[in-house]
Amino acid sequence: MIGLGLPRGFLVTLKNFVRAPVTVQYPDRHVGLFGAAKEAGMNPFRFVVKRPVDSIKAIAGLATVPVALEQSPRFRGNEFTFYEDRCTACASCAKYCPLGIIEIVSVPGKIDAQEGESYKLEVFDIDIGRCMFCGLCVEACPYDALHMGTKFERSTYVRDELIVTLDELNAAEKKPSSFYRPQFEENAFDPYTETVDDHYDAGRHERPSDEDLKKKWVDER
Amino acid sequence: MAIKTQPVTVNLGPQHPSTHGVFRLRVMFDGEEIVDVEPVFGYLHRGSEKLAEERTYTQIVTLTDRMDYVSPMLNNQAYMLAVEKLAGIEPTQRGVWLRMIAAELQRIASHLVATGFLLQDLGALGTPLIYAMRERENILDLFEMLCGARITNSYLRPGGVFMDAPTGFWLALDRELVDIVNTLDELEEYLSGNEIVFSRTKGTAVLAPELLINASITGPMLRASGVDWDLRHRNPYDYYDRIEFKRILHTASDNYARYWVRVQEARESVNIIRQCVAQIEPGPVRPSFDDVPRLIRPPKGDAYVAIEGSKGELGFYLVSDGGIAPYRMHVRAPSLINLTLLRDMLIGGLFGDLFVSFGSVDLNMGEVDR
Repeated sequence: MIGLGLPRGFLVTLKNFVRAPVTVQYPDRHVGLFGAAKEAGMNPFRFVVKRPVDSIKAIAGLATVPVALEQSPRFRGNEFTFYEDRCTACASCAKYCPLGIIEIVSVPGKIDAQEGESYKLEVFDIDIGRCMFCGLCVEACPYDALHMGTKFERSTYVRDELIVTLDELNAAEKKPSSFYRPQFEENAFDPYTETVDDHYDAGRHERPSDEDLKKKWVDER
Repeated sequence: MAIKTQPVTVNLGPQHPSTHGVFRLRVMFDGEEIVDVEPVFGYLHRGSEKLAEERTYTQIVTLTDRMDYVSPMLNNQAYMLAVEKLAGIEPTQRGVWLRMIAAELQRIASHLVATGFLLQDLGALGTPLIYAMRERENILDLFEMLCGARITNSYLRPGGVFMDAPTGFWLALDRELVDIVNTLDELEEYLSGNEIVFSRTKGTAVLAPELLINASITGPMLRASGVDWDLRHRNPYDYYDRIEFKRILHTASDNYARYWVRVQEARESVNIIRQCVAQIEPGPVRPSFDDVPRLIRPPKGDAYVAIEGSKGELGFYLVSDGGIAPYRMHVRAPSLINLTLLRDMLIGGLFGDLFVSFGSVDLNMGEVDR
């Protein structure tokens, strides 16, 4: 009927007007006095007495708390997680990369905890500035040494700073994404709260017992 | 005294919010009426087809993501079907079901974008577009659960997908399907009975079915003119022959018909996904590396596979010389071919209908220029 379409349309707008917002404030969320007190771990009265300047800021709407975005554990982000002890320098990742941005230089002479003798990495550079995070390098890694990371904030003023070197990879926090790593998903691993520091836990196989490890080292000597 | 008007040439784009990408239209107006239109494109040309000649068959998936960036899953599917035909790979059952679910979700997302931007072009700036995009975000969240990326998915591999759906996916999918139907209901509530939408879209840019067929236009644009042509039904690929779905047809062939077909098709996609979920069985999602190695070398020959993309017939033509990379790749991009009738659509129309008609083609410049 003529004339009914418009009110019906506006009713939809009205419905959405009272709906909870779906947008998320990022990287910081504004909090009021109660939120700021909760963040500081005090009750509001104590907060006002102990930290008057902060409480005035909070009442004025200037207090903020950082927000963690909801992401899937499979999210393919940067900050690659790399376990040098697992790497045999086979360069599968470098061959599989569509853009050829992984540079590997290796020399023989490393004694690996898993494989015995293997190559030692001298250079392992990933040019994150050109990376498109397709995850093919991670898919190619036969020893689960390289994992996608979970973060995505990596802006710099200089392009050269986006080349991640071996030292940086080793020093980085180990928060591997469960992309192409079913072993993490089986254990319901959440990279946003947990870390995997031990390289044995990052592999697809079962972790060898301490006795087996000891025996292996004794045998090799 | 009669008022005289003089033809004026106006340059729209290449940077214009209503051109859906970097696209330039040189339009000659006589008063409000469009006298002549000259499309200029190629601003987003990245040479994907040439780049494919020096990448292995798996690496090319990343290029197909970036062609039609509003429906990357469908591009992945079309490309992988072509690779499977070329190399004679038998896909795994679960892999096929998973990629069908992903493709239909992508079709809904793409049609939501088309509908949202149609409203933007009608002059409803912002708000209704956000209603459509909000639902698309939830679909992209599902993709993030599946493959770790929202737009540059690269989810498919020769013979299936790279990884099975995670534990929480099926519950989230069920919830999302209900949400999609609600959103489409809401969209129709304020659009399908809206007099302003009627008066702006009905009877504008009418194209005859014969003209559409002669110009090899496909997809929702063709079905809006009453031609029953859907490759999922005419030439079933994957497991579409095991699924029953309605073909959405409209006879008016105007802007409203094209909008209507898209919304109804999105509804039908929900139906298809429900049937896929009911029929999916546990099993491997991709063939073992003994059958399909990481580096495939298809025998000499060529293969063309076309699927029903969100915008029309999306085809990939691959020529192999027996090496690790294709000798030649060609993409039949529906956006580019649907553009060919732009002059017939626009000339004789009014200035206000220019962007509505242009938007109803639902083109994507990433696919036009590749």
